[in-house]
Parts: sequence; C-alpha cells; structure tokens
Amino acid sequence: MSSKQLAADVVIVGGGIVGAASAFFLRQRGLSVVLLERGLVGQQASGVNFGHVRRQGRFLPQLPLAHRSRDIWGRLPELIGHDAEFVVSGSIKVVYDEYGLAAIEQYAADARLWGLDLEILGKAEVRRRFPFFGPDVIGGSYSPNDGHANPRLAAPAFGRAARKAGATVLENCEVLDIHKDALDFHVTAKDGTTVTAPVALVCAGAWAGKFSAGFGESVPLVQRGPTMGVTEPVPYGIVPVVGVKSSNPADDMYFRQVKRGNIVFGGSVRNDAYLDERRAQPRPGNTLLQLPHLRRIAPALANLHVLRTWSGVESYFADDLPVMGPSRSVSGLYYAFGFCGHGFQTGPGVGDTMAELIDRGTTSIDLAPYSIRRFGATIGAPKANLATV
Amino acid sequence: MDSMNPTERRFVRLGETERREIHVWIDGRSAPALEGDTLLVALLSNTGHLRHSEFSDGVRSGFCLMGACQDCWVRDEQGQRIRACSTPARDGMRILTCAQEAEWARLA
Amino acid sequence: MGQARIVIVGAGPSGVRAAEALVEHGIRPVVVDESRRDGGQIYRRQPEGFKRPYAKLYGTEADKAQALHRSFEQLRDRIEWRAETLAWHMEPHSLHVVQAGKAEVLPFDALIVCSGATDRLMPVPGWDLAGCYSLGAAQISLKSQACAIGQRVVFMGTGPLLYLVASQYVAAGAQVEAVLDTSASSHRLRALPRLAARPGVLLNGLKLVASLRMAGVRVMTGVTPVEIGGSPHRGVTGVRVRDGRGREHAFGCDAVGLGYHLRSEAQLADIAKCEFRFDAASRQWLPRIDEDGRSSVRGIYLAGDGVRLAGADGAEAAGRLAALACLADLGITRSEPEVAELRGTLQKMERFRQGLLQAFPWPHHAAAGLPDSTVVCRCEVVTAGELRTAVRDLGACEINRAKALCRVGMGRCQGRYCGHAAAEIVAHAAGIPVEQVGRIRGQGPVKPLPISALAVGGAN
Repeated sequence: MSSKQLAADVVIVGGGIVGAASAFFLRQRGLSVVLLERGLVGQQASGVNFGHVRRQGRFLPQLPLAHRSRDIWGRLPELIGHDAEFVVSGSIKVVYDEYGLAAIEQYAADARLWGLDLEILGKAEVRRRFPFFGPDVIGGSYSPNDGHANPRLAAPAFGRAARKAGATVLENCEVLDIHKDALDFHVTAKDGTTVTAPVALVCAGAWAGKFSAGFGESVPLVQRGPTMGVTEPVPYGIVPVVGVKSSNPADDMYFRQVKRGNIVFGGSVRNDAYLDERRAQPRPGNTLLQLPHLRRIAPALANLHVLRTWSGVESYFADDLPVMGPSRSVSGLYYAFGFCGHGFQTGPGVGDTMAELIDRGTTSIDLAPYSIRRFGATIGAPKANLATV
Repeated sequence: MDSMNPTERRFVRLGETERREIHVWIDGRSAPALEGDTLLVALLSNTGHLRHSEFSDGVRSGFCLMGACQDCWVRDEQGQRIRACSTPARDGMRILTCAQEAEWARLA
Repeated sequence: MGQARIVIVGAGPSGVRAAEALVEHGIRPVVVDESRRDGGQIYRRQPEGFKRPYAKLYGTEADKAQALHRSFEQLRDRIEWRAETLAWHMEPHSLHVVQAGKAEVLPFDALIVCSGATDRLMPVPGWDLAGCYSLGAAQISLKSQACAIGQRVVFMGTGPLLYLVASQYVAAGAQVEAVLDTSASSHRLRALPRLAARPGVLLNGLKLVASLRMAGVRVMTGVTPVEIGGSPHRGVTGVRVRDGRGREHAFGCDAVGLGYHLRSEAQLADIAKCEFRFDAASRQWLPRIDEDGRSSVRGIYLAGDGVRLAGADGAEAAGRLAALACLADLGITRSEPEVAELRGTLQKMERFRQGLLQAFPWPHHAAAGLPDSTVVCRCEVVTAGELRTAVRDLGACEINRAKALCRVGMGRCQGRYCGHAAAEIVAHAAGIPVEQVGRIRGQGPVKPLPISALAVGGAN
C-alpha cells in the first residue's frame, strides 16, 4: 500500500477502544480525524480484557465518567449500529468474610452519593436469588444496571463507525515518531505515512509511555498480562457478572456467562507482559491457580472444561488511575492511557470526554485525578503494588 | 419436527460380540453394551445420537472418534462431562443425551 | 551428574521409535500419551479382550503393527510410561500435563513432540449431520471396536485412506454403497513417477481399488461433493455428488466417512514458539524442522505426522532420527551411518508424500464454491456466509481476526476441523493468497482442561 501524506484537525495515536471511540465522537463534533493503529483496531488490551461493563467498585470520583460511559453503552445500536453484545445482566461482587462485607457496605454507602445505587444482599438472599453460589459466599453487592459486552467486537465496531462517519482509520500503520513544530504535530509511520495536525491524542495503551517520554513527560507505566480463560458452552443460567471482594487478593476472581453459554473468567493472578509481544498467553500455572477459586464461587463449574486461555498487555499506574487530559507542557497534546485493567467500561465515555475536551477546551468530567502532572519531574522505578479490581 | 425412534441404533457390530455384557443407562432407560466398548459405542449401538447441537437444530453423534473433535462430550446424571469416544463404557454409567436445562448450575 | 530428562509426547510410531533410540543409549525417557494404550492411530490397538488377529486388523501392515507393539512392550519397563495423560500446555523446559484430574509439571531438558495428525476436512453441506464421520473415525470404529459407523456407508474425500478404509469395511462384512474420490484419476497417473518411490505401497493401493471394484462397490473419481442429505434429528440419509461431466449422482446411506488426507497436530509446537512455514504442496502450515527434526527452538524436536506427513513408516524413521539428533545435541554419540540411512529413508518418504499430494490433492478450490449456508465451524456453527461477511463487512483478512469477529475456530475443537477450509474461504473472499491469511494460532489448553483439575507438586 502506498504511503500517504495526510492532514487533519486531530491525529490519534492508538486504535484501542479509547482511540476508536475518540475518533467517532470527534467526527460527531465535525472535526476531521486520522487514527493510526499499529495492528488492527482493538487487538490489544481492548480486545483481551474481561468485558465487564461495570461501575461498581470504581474509584468514586471516576463514577461520573463511568455513568457517562454507561449511558453510551446503552445507546450503542443507535450510535454506532452495533450492540457489541452488551447485556444489562447486573453485576454482583460476592464476599467470603467480614472484611469483604464491611468493604462492600462502605462502598455502597459512598457510591450512593455519587449516583450509583447498589443492593447489599445477605447470606440467605444472595443464595435465594443466585442459587449457584457455593457455601463460602456470605453476601454480595449487586449492581442491577451494570453488565458485560464482547471486548473483541466493541473497539472494532467503534472503528468501523468512525470510518463510516468520515474518520481516516489506518491499520497496520505503526507510528515511529511524533513531534511538534511551532504549530502542528507531525506523525511519521513505518510505511511512510505522515500526518500533520494541530491536535494530537495519544492513547496507545502500554506503548503510550514512550510517546509521552518523547515530549519530556515520562510516566511510571508498567505492563501486566491478565490471566483469562473461557469454558465450553453450557445452557445460559448464570446471568450476572460475578466478582469477589476478599481480604485475600488472590481470591478476586471474576466470571461472566455469555448468552451463547461460554463462561469467560479472569482474575486472581497476573502475568508478566512484554511490549514487544503482541499476542500473549498466561502462564499455565496461573490458570491452574484460578480453578479452585472458580469452584469455590460456583461449585457447578467444576464439571466444565477450559477451552482456551489468553492474555495481553494491560498497563498500570501504582495509584490505579489512568492518565487522562492535556499534556503538562505541550499545547494541543492530549493523553488517555493506562487504565489499569479497568478501562473497558469507561472506554466509550473516555472517547466522548476527550472529544469534548478537544473540541471545546473543557469538559464536565473532572480530570484532575488523572492529570499527567501527578508524576512530576522525578520518575522512580515503577512499583508493582497494583490493586486488583 | 421428526422424532427419534429411541431404538434406532447407529453403529453396527461386525464382530467381537463374545464379550461380557454390561448395561448403561441412556436417558433413564437401561441399554445393553459389551465390556470393552467405548462409551460412544455403547451409546450408539443403542441409539442414534449422543447429544443435542448447541447452536443448531439437531443432534450430534461424534465425528473423529480419536479425541480431537470434541464433538462427543456427553454428561452423566450428576452433570459430569465425559468424552465418549475416549472413555471406556462401565457397567452402571448413567448418561443423559437430552438437552441440558438452564438450572445446571444450581446447587442441589 | 544427573541424566538428561527427556520427555516424549505421543506413543505412536514416531514416539515409540524415539523412545527406543533413547533407551538404547541409556536414557530413561518419560513417554506421555492421551490414550490408554500405545500405537497411535494407524496402529491403534484394540482393547484388551478383543480377539481379532493382527492380519485382520492391519492387513498388509500387520507385521509392522506387531513389531511396533512388541517394541513398546519391551520398552515399557525402561521408560516412565504415562498413559491417559494429556499434555495441555508448556513453557520452556516444563510440560504441563493432566492425568486423572491431577495437573502436574514434567520438567525436561529436551522434548520430542510426536503428536501425530488428524483427518483433514473440507466442509460440504450436511457434514454436520449425525452419521457423518471422518475417514479416520470410520477406521477406528472398525479397528478398535469392531463396529461400522452405519448400516450403509458412503466414503467420500480423497487420499489413500479413502480406499483403505472402504476395503477394510468390505472385508469385515459392512455394506459400502460407494467410494467417491474428489481427485480425478488423471492426477494419479501424473503422480506415478513419485509414487514409484515406494513401489510396494503403490502396488497395495492399486490392489485396494481393484478389490473394491470386484466387490461391486461403486467407485467414482473426479467428483464434486454437492451435499450430504438428511435431517437434523435423524441424521444422514444420502450423498449427492457431481461427476466430471456435471451430472449428478445420488447414493442412499445412513453414514458417511469423509476425509482428505491429514492435518498435523502442531499446537504444542506453536505454544513452544517454534517457527512455522507454509507448505505449498499441501497448503498447510507446518513447523519448520531441519532434516533430523530439530525445531527452531533449542531442545524441542518434532517427529512424525505432527510435523511432516510421511506416513507410518516415515514416522518411525523420523522418530528415531529426532531422538538421535537429541542425543547428539546432548553430547552422546550415535551411529552416523545409521543417521545417513534414516535421512535417506525420509527423503524417499518425502518423494512419495509429494506424489500422494499430487495424486490426491486437497480440493481447496471447493471452499470458494460452498454455499453460504454451509456450516464451516462445526463446534460454533459458523457458516461460510458468516465468514464471508466477516471478510467483506468487518475487514477480517487474517484468520485470527476472522476468529475474533465471527467465532470460527472458537469452539471445543479449537479450529482443528474448520481452520484450513476457513482460511481458504477468507483467502477467496479477500482476494489474497491463502498463505497471507495465516493460521489459527495454537493456544493452551491443547485440549479441554477440566476445571476440576487439582494441581499437584508445584504445578503452579
């Protein structure tokens, strides 16, 4: 394919759900967009994650962003012509001990103030409503309007919608360099494509750090790989997405049954991940570690088989929050990356928010907690103290 | 919908019939088989199918017979899953070939 | 100094001969096989208690089968034999296995993967009906269980196995309605020079065809499968094909044995990150090996049908050669004249293999002609039309992308029976060479892993 010399209002580096959604929403606002994706849209973290469309459990100040995103999830068919298999299945976080119970009760009380209504279920009630839970489950926090979707489909659907809306979406187009002269950003790709734009949005996930470093804004981003698996299909009988809140982080598994019947699961333990690998497998020993946890939550799962496991490259900051917002020092430069393994639900909302910010210079979402400024000028070695979600 | 005649067996024994007879249960009915049969042969020498297809109308009766296609997984009355072509039939096995219910995950 | 730990995956012809070579040189390898018994597929053993003699089970190959089984019996006390053990995953120097619900790790200094092959399938409308089996399945049901897959059987596909299984069925007293070969007999004539590399095998093949005709079995060549007919709940009731002149022929039956040669089981090699190459002659991706069976990964050796489809004799030679290469790499000397002889044997096998591919080509062009409603992925019931939509409307021009977007290959068999045809359909719909479409990447578990598995001895 011959290389192109392109110009647009906004150049987006990275075609995960954030980049694809941003491209789509920028087009809704009439801005011209070129998106450059190294591989295929949605192949990395956006495509390998668990698929939880959840607000429960988030950093409380992130809830307005999550609400905004949840609203978009509910309107996907009318917005992008594809539902990405989003199901409002409800989502329940179960507990095994008093620590967990206290934690979910506290969170439920706090979250109410942020507009998220959760139901705390006791031992009898949780079993009455969800008879598949094992005897160790002593309660849970149920979020009726959360749900799940298919991560393999969502970002590609946004990418196609963006294209249909007039964005130029270039796949198999690896960005080698981005720099700014007095007025514009100049992006050069491996195949010779160049893009000139007054605004640049870097949302390249685990690989965004090298671009931010190029602008003098290094960040302590670390990459980790989730341990994902999926079972054979069985009749659809487990409706809510299931997660765990335990005093032992290794207990924190999650699983969801899709309508076709397969059960997708993840959690408990993560894997090393490498930036030069585009496809990753979890360590088999890590998958084995997950199995007793699955059996504990829902004993009937013991009868099933794992058909496939996978991992990927997710990126984390030690404070479990992303970088989102304008550059510290370069005008016209914006970032949205490092969503710490919980950026699927917020992806569409992030795209909408970044489009608003770029278009209007301001957004109703409070981005202060996500500012790249929080990493200051001194960058120490990234700590591996990563909270599970 | 055409219904399956339950006695319409699929496989045909061509020899080796002087083996000890055993019995397996298929959807609650006792059925004769021979010691040394795989569970697949024990089932298909009595009936025409092993299970229902999940994503299409119809039944499945195995395909590769060598543990590769995974099309012959059946379940017993306890909900355990067994790959029929690679598992010897044992006297007293209780297999269900009808479609499973949505309450499979419910604790007893 | 401790002995090198060598693990062999697979106790078929290549695995047994590999084990034998190692034992001869003082090594005690671990031999792992998913089955209860040794023998692999072509020399699959009947269960204990069955009485048919070798001549009846294996025909012209009876002596070889018996020799292989005897060799294993002699080896048994000098290897660590792990039957009913599934190698489901691996990492460098660690093979993950599960046996009777217990998951453990087998550490290794060297791994010899002799994982064999499955039938290779080209879909045809109705191949997902009950009563349609692979050719290999039809043979296994007879050889290993003394059963025919139905009362009136049609065999369809191509390759020497087509004629072999059909004649075995006739000899055993089953009713064979027809043998339908997609390859025109002209292909066989053109391939004769290469097939003559193994004159004995060629002669046996000709005899088989003659015996079928003498038994009154309808044999057709150069056919185009049209449909396997039947109903979803009763199964197969017949087969329709078109002959070389476009005329349609129909055969009533209650079972079909369908197959087009073999497809290498290369998932472990893929998980081990071995390099693959596209074999143009057979239009499939195979792990890259040197002439002795060394893969691109140090310490991993590949032999037999799992890497180079050279038949059972070739597998035996390859297994031994790979073990000798492993020994040499461990600094243990071996007989160079023997190595040279084995290499020569494999070269002859390769020439014959090319002849078979020429005589019985994989009918890849049939994929493009499959009606949209044809089921391609049996497990997930993904049709040719859905696959074409993924290419044209969703931009999936690579097989793993097509899998992510339309689910082909996501089912229990993980692409074993749909992967090749799916790649041909994607290639045709995208207008690109099939090599560019890639292959479905091997992912662990190689076969379904029970969630009830208990990890023992530091497996995690």
